[in-house]
Amino acid sequence: MTQTDTRDRILFVLAAVCAVLLSFNFYKIFLILPDEANQGAIYRIVYVHVPSIFTGFTGFFVALAASAAYLITGKLTYDAFAAAVTEVSLAFATIVLATGMIWGRIIWGIWWAWDARLTTMLVCWLIYAGYLMLRRAIDEPTQRARLSAVVSIFGCVDILIVWKSIEWWRTQHPAPVLSVRDGGGMGPGMEAPIYWNWLAFMCLAAILVMVRTRQEERSREIDSLRRMAHSY
Amino acid sequence: MIDARNFMYMFYGFAAAFVILVIYVVSLALRERKLSSEIDRVRRMVEREK
Repeated sequence: MTQTDTRDRILFVLAAVCAVLLSFNFYKIFLILPDEANQGAIYRIVYVHVPSIFTGFTGFFVALAASAAYLITGKLTYDAFAAAVTEVSLAFATIVLATGMIWGRIIWGIWWAWDARLTTMLVCWLIYAGYLMLRRAIDEPTQRARLSAVVSIFGCVDILIVWKSIEWWRTQHPAPVLSVRDGGGMGPGMEAPIYWNWLAFMCLAAILVMVRTRQEERSREIDSLRRMAHSY
Repeated sequence: MIDARNFMYMFYGFAAAFVILVIYVVSLALRERKLSSEIDRVRRMVEREK
């Protein structure tokens, strides 16, 4: 079995697990769980909003590890992987901002508030969008890899601020509600689908990262073929 | 009326997440196609140069 066959099989398995989990979760979210007493139906956005930020932040930390691995070893494979993971994580971070704004429009009556959680999250999004723009702006592979690794490591500092912001400052954003953060603010059975959706989103993110990493490898192949053509 | 608006915005939330993912997947597919044609073009160029 070739490496491509193995990769395709893994993609297929991940897609199947993701489809099964999402089908079961959405069935439970829409048809089993009742509306929340104060918020009504809109609270269900939490089942996309929170798993998306968990997936995004997990990805950014994986990118941090890959970036550190690049700085230590100098292998461009780590850099390609970090770029792929960051791009996919940024897509999930975009979902977080969009779903949060839609939820806020109903619950707060406004689309956006410049409070600590929302602002630090926007800064986080801008840092990683800047990371991807930086990569497009630099042609030389090792310089691009080194600078983007530094941005990736710097960006993770903001993630910690985003995570702790609702404890450090009084914010418009709700205080912790999940029991893992001593919140305990959700009804029985309402919290578990958040974690199951996180697992489903992680499978989806893994699929996207594998596809994106393969594209990075092909880009490097094109670069080496070009160098070969110019050397003749 | 408020319940209908509440329900509609819940739908917008899920739709927004779905649309963002679809846009990203489409961008990946377009990039894949561009890379395939580029790699074929460069391979042909290498063959010609040999």
